[in-house]
Amino acid sequence: MLAFTLRRIFQSLLVLLVVGFVAFSMFRFVGDPVDNLLGQERTLEDVERLRESLGLNDPFVMQYATFLGRAMTGDFGLSYRQSRPVAEILIERAPATLELAFVSALFAMVLGVSLGIYTAIRRNGFLANFIMSTSLIGVSLPTFLIGILLIYLFSVELGWLPSFGRGEVVKFGWWSTGFLTESGRQALILPAITLGLYQMTLIMRLVRSEMLEVLRQDYIRFARARGLKERSINFRHALKNTLVPVITVTGLQLGSIIAFAIITETVFQWPGVGLLFINAIQFVDIPVMAAYLMLISVMFVAINFVVDILYFAIDPRLREGGST
Amino acid sequence: MSDTSTATRSRFARAWDSDLAYNFRRSPVALVSAIVTLLLVLAAVFAPLVAPYNPFDPASLNLMNGFSKPMEPNPFTGESFWLGTDDQGRDVFSTILYGLRISLFVGFAAVLFAMVLGILLGLIAGYVGGWVETVIMRIADVQLTFPAILVAMLIFGIAKGVTPVEYRDQMAIWVLILAIGLSDWVQFARVVRGATLVEKKKEYVQAAQLIGRSPFAIMLRHILPNVLSPVLVIATISLALAIIAEATLSFLGVGAPPTQPSLGTLIRIGQGFLFSGEWWILFFPACTLLMLALAVNLLGDWLRDALNPRLR
Repeated sequence: MLAFTLRRIFQSLLVLLVVGFVAFSMFRFVGDPVDNLLGQERTLEDVERLRESLGLNDPFVMQYATFLGRAMTGDFGLSYRQSRPVAEILIERAPATLELAFVSALFAMVLGVSLGIYTAIRRNGFLANFIMSTSLIGVSLPTFLIGILLIYLFSVELGWLPSFGRGEVVKFGWWSTGFLTESGRQALILPAITLGLYQMTLIMRLVRSEMLEVLRQDYIRFARARGLKERSINFRHALKNTLVPVITVTGLQLGSIIAFAIITETVFQWPGVGLLFINAIQFVDIPVMAAYLMLISVMFVAINFVVDILYFAIDPRLREGGST
Repeated sequence: MSDTSTATRSRFARAWDSDLAYNFRRSPVALVSAIVTLLLVLAAVFAPLVAPYNPFDPASLNLMNGFSKPMEPNPFTGESFWLGTDDQGRDVFSTILYGLRISLFVGFAAVLFAMVLGILLGLIAGYVGGWVETVIMRIADVQLTFPAILVAMLIFGIAKGVTPVEYRDQMAIWVLILAIGLSDWVQFARVVRGATLVEKKKEYVQAAQLIGRSPFAIMLRHILPNVLSPVLVIATISLALAIIAEATLSFLGVGAPPTQPSLGTLIRIGQGFLFSGEWWILFFPACTLLMLALAVNLLGDWLRDALNPRLR
């Protein structure tokens, strides 16, 4: 177990070093930082002074080390476009994305698991079949079209929900939340459904196929022979045994929710980190791009690491030969 | 299968009698999606002939035709357009045809690029082995931890930073192909490597090694033809994903520029008119994209089932 954990930590660090190198190369080779920081009117001395203070005259490896050191403390320099520290902008934007991701993950989990159970138990029912075929269309619809469709239905035609923004927010120190105001909660509904729908169908299909697999097992038949109630068989015996793969897949999906938030945030003009990233690409704002890249890789690597360790802890078969 | 009579018959007759073709004729879903795909591809290829107007020729535009409703004569000019016009009086049907052309071109080119890169790296990793394999597959693993669309966005962003400002719009299409292709090679490399590891141990490869053929020739002439059928399946599914990825990037404003609009760009433009009631500018490009993605997706699903002997 220890050897496995150490090896995984080593691999994770390697991935982060590689990503850090990509981020650093972006700084170093995409455009000249001096050009971006100094305007048109500048003297050669200005340029030289800035190069020295930015450390651009140091050897390559030294620069990389300095970059990593700074990144570790959350210092990514100034945004080219907003001329403010990148870390400050990210912290300001993070609560919006995290709240959106949390609500859509919750939506995907709750609805996905319950619909999965329903479609597995009523395998041949009309409604179950209907849900399954609708989910197929849902999978092939691109996220942004789902968003537009929802806006058209609920904002333009029915006028029930707002189509953009976050509504009113309440500040707690650096954290701003939309949960506490009416308009904040309303503004959250459509983006959360858009973002969670794909994950929801994924979880639903997984729960369904796992449930069908488990319901075929002998111990279920035995439980039935013992005269247990159908309800208790389905939930206490079958569901419990399907949850391990469901939890791991959901964990891995958490990362992609944050990544796909980019699309949802753009459709709904949600003021989160994803929208910031898209704007950074449009205006070639390298520090913001690099910081976002580092941030999201740390998150992905951490999620993968936890899921791997969980797997190892849960599945005894991996422990036999896999540790060396 | 290998009796002498088949060798004398034409290629077409042999193809017609194959399991795959039989399976295809018996599957209504495959037939319909193939026909839809073919029609859309033909419409895109012959767009200049099919389209009633050239949306990029300023001379053919009349601003008075702006916002014509579909199938209704315009109140000012009396002209009527099949699917209506946008704010500048461009025929929506024509812009869709030209947009389809760009979407399909980017999709096909990106998949082709990913396929060539993935096959080459997969063959080398599987056949050569050793540290070369470790390096290639490690890179693949690292890339696979991130969603493809994110990788594509990042590559697009970097490439945009590298190209000079005045060439950015011209280069956008090629940058898009590069970004989507580079985000998608891993699938091909993994499958080809796996199949190569199996094929490498077979007698025909040893025979080829014995008569002294170069490793390169063995990889391309002997192993490659035997690992192609899973590649075909992945390529079809990748095409659907690439078309959606292109549309998504263009919709987000980090893809095809407004001067060369793809379906995604058209949807982006159309979204602006949703609130003022001009639904057709958004609706028809979205439907076309959906039809294309769904048809190619279903075709890929069918191909996967048809080529998988375990499911038959």
